Amino acid sequence: MRTLFKFHGGVHPPTNKTQSNDKPIAPVALPSKLVIPLHQHVGNRAKPAVEVGQQVLKGQIIGMPEGRLSSAVHASTSGTVAAIDMQQVAHPSGLPDLCITLIPDGKDEWIAREPRDWRAMSHTELRHLLRDAGVVGLGGAVFPSDMKLYSHQTRIATLVLNGAECEPWITCDDLLMRERAADILQGAEIMRELLNAGEVLIGIEDNKPEAIAAMNAAVAVGKHERIEVVAVPTLYPGGGAKQLIRVLTGIEVAAGVRSTDMGVQCFNVGTAYGAWRAIAHGEPLLSRIVTVTGNVGKPQNFEVPFGMPVDELVAQAGLLPGTTGHIMGGPMMGFRLPSAQVGVIKATNCIIAMSDALFPPAPPALPCIRCTRCAEACPADLQPQELYWFSKSKNFGKAQEYHLFDCIECGACSYVCPSHIPLVQYFQFSKSEIHAREHDKQAADRARERHEYREYRIEREKQEKAERLAAKEKAALAAKTVEPLPVATNPDAAPENTAQMKIQAAIDHAREQAAAIQPKNTENLSAEQLAEIADIEARRARIRELAQSHVDQPKE
Amino acid sequence: MLTAILVMSAIALVLGAVLGFSAIKFRVQGNPLADKIDAVLPQTQCGQCGYPGCRPYAEAIADGSADINLCPPGGEEGIRKLADLLGVEFKPFGAGAEPKPKAVAFIDENTCIGCTLCLQACPVDAIAGAAKQMHTIIASECTGCELCIAPCPVDCISMVPLKESISTWKREYPVFALNPVHQKKSGLPSV
Repeated sequence: MRTLFKFHGGVHPPTNKTQSNDKPIAPVALPSKLVIPLHQHVGNRAKPAVEVGQQVLKGQIIGMPEGRLSSAVHASTSGTVAAIDMQQVAHPSGLPDLCITLIPDGKDEWIAREPRDWRAMSHTELRHLLRDAGVVGLGGAVFPSDMKLYSHQTRIATLVLNGAECEPWITCDDLLMRERAADILQGAEIMRELLNAGEVLIGIEDNKPEAIAAMNAAVAVGKHERIEVVAVPTLYPGGGAKQLIRVLTGIEVAAGVRSTDMGVQCFNVGTAYGAWRAIAHGEPLLSRIVTVTGNVGKPQNFEVPFGMPVDELVAQAGLLPGTTGHIMGGPMMGFRLPSAQVGVIKATNCIIAMSDALFPPAPPALPCIRCTRCAEACPADLQPQELYWFSKSKNFGKAQEYHLFDCIECGACSYVCPSHIPLVQYFQFSKSEIHAREHDKQAADRARERHEYREYRIEREKQEKAERLAAKEKAALAAKTVEPLPVATNPDAAPENTAQMKIQAAIDHAREQAAAIQPKNTENLSAEQLAEIADIEARRARIRELAQSHVDQPKE
Repeated sequence: MLTAILVMSAIALVLGAVLGFSAIKFRVQGNPLADKIDAVLPQTQCGQCGYPGCRPYAEAIADGSADINLCPPGGEEGIRKLADLLGVEFKPFGAGAEPKPKAVAFIDENTCIGCTLCLQACPVDAIAGAAKQMHTIIASECTGCELCIAPCPVDCISMVPLKESISTWKREYPVFALNPVHQKKSGLPSV
């Protein structure tokens, strides 16, 4: 029996899982349309790879990954691309993002699928395949899995598969483990190979005995070595990556440190399943298990293609009257969808239809009485009451000093707060404000740098121009010495090579000749004649000057 | 008596020498206060404060010749930060100097004649182009200073306000209704 550890805090909200975990995973009828967002993952938005009006097959790439941190997006079924435009997506802001609208043709016709043997493939090949198959973390963070599957310098000793599913109402991982345990374990083997990891620990909360039994049976049947299914105590948020790692291994992942630095990597069980399907069956990530529960007649888990409008999905579970809205995710960490027309995305693990009976409006918030029950419940060992005061007074520097960014927004503090203060909303506000300021600061720094460089450049150009003019003047002066009537001599003009020496010799010769031939009419001149000569000389000088400036001008 | 005077003068000389030496040796280059103020300013280089750029304005604030409420792009938040930094009272914007929503310049390429006048006006080199070639704004570098608008002889530059997107979206400050007194059950003493 493995020794388990405890994490700080935690709460026991009513689990509400029995409503939906007693029925098998059901397929859904194809919806009238699919609205597939191109940004369903962490990182850069995928670039559209299809055109409006194009026929696509099931599994065809419709969004190419762009940049290092990105993931591909695929057509969830065969059909016609109806639009590529900005549409409302499943995001708390309710703002639009680039989506591809697909009208299914009903045939559900696959592209050619190529099953591969992962044991015969190189690590790089496997990672590329996962990236092109759009495999991202299905626990909710949707981080591209290929980026997490590098064998690091610090050897990964333990691969943790997260099947804890601590959030109330959600049962999608539970049902996945019950029905597809063997595939999950195969996926875990691929991940272990890519990470060069030793043991694999699968953490499942002890309120899912069927899933634990199914996984244990699959480990025995598949003869998997060094894979252990561990029942962990049911305590919210035991499914947080850091919390589960703590419970299973006793390792506390410190602030600002990645779990891989401590030799542990963590994946959701759904991600392992997706990785296996992508490699062994050639099926990209096109659908996921979604729990539809709450105010519906038949709460159940469905295998939902990405892009399926939430209202059509909920209708298949029998939406009951009195529904006031839909939550994506669970009641603790989920958010209210801006509308029911948005498409299901890779992060959608659960849709809860809300009703006033199930989710009564929160009682009005009262002042904080400094009871510190939130601090007792906080799984990240923070002081939520302090963070609340700093966030409320917009004292963001202080909030960061109190490690605001270690908050995992689990909602345990809000849950226990006797004053019903929505603490997490304050923390989310602070985080987004700090991010925005950081962004502004970076933009300002870049602008300052560019401005300073521009000033430096203008100054340099001025200087270069002045130098050029000076050099030109010097050259002009030197050239003038060649003329028969020397205005000034240039003693610096030393010949550098034989050609120049020859020229110099010729010039000297000419000068000597010019000196030898004295004009005969320059003696005994009258004052009148002298004045006329001076006049002519002045005119010549002026013309020379004009000509010189004319030569200089176009080059400036 | 004499010893005391000698001792005191010796101490004075030694300390004076140390002070004089450190004044030369540890001399602070530039104006550190102006640097700190410059770090708070938004670096749009727009000149709306009346100074030719953020740095000159920062220097003017540092030597006390300029007010802290002359920078509309910095917003009220900027004035607050300056007030905090300098230990002075917050001062609201004067009339006509309120901040505008963030925008970037946009060149209508059908009208642009390629005169390069806007290139010369841009303080952050955010316009790409050459003589008799099409100009275009590098939107990611544009600070929205509007300095390119006035020199354009064909008025082809306009300011496009930045739309909020998912990547720039900010969560709102949580605001909640107060506990309505009239909903309290009868029997409880009314507040």
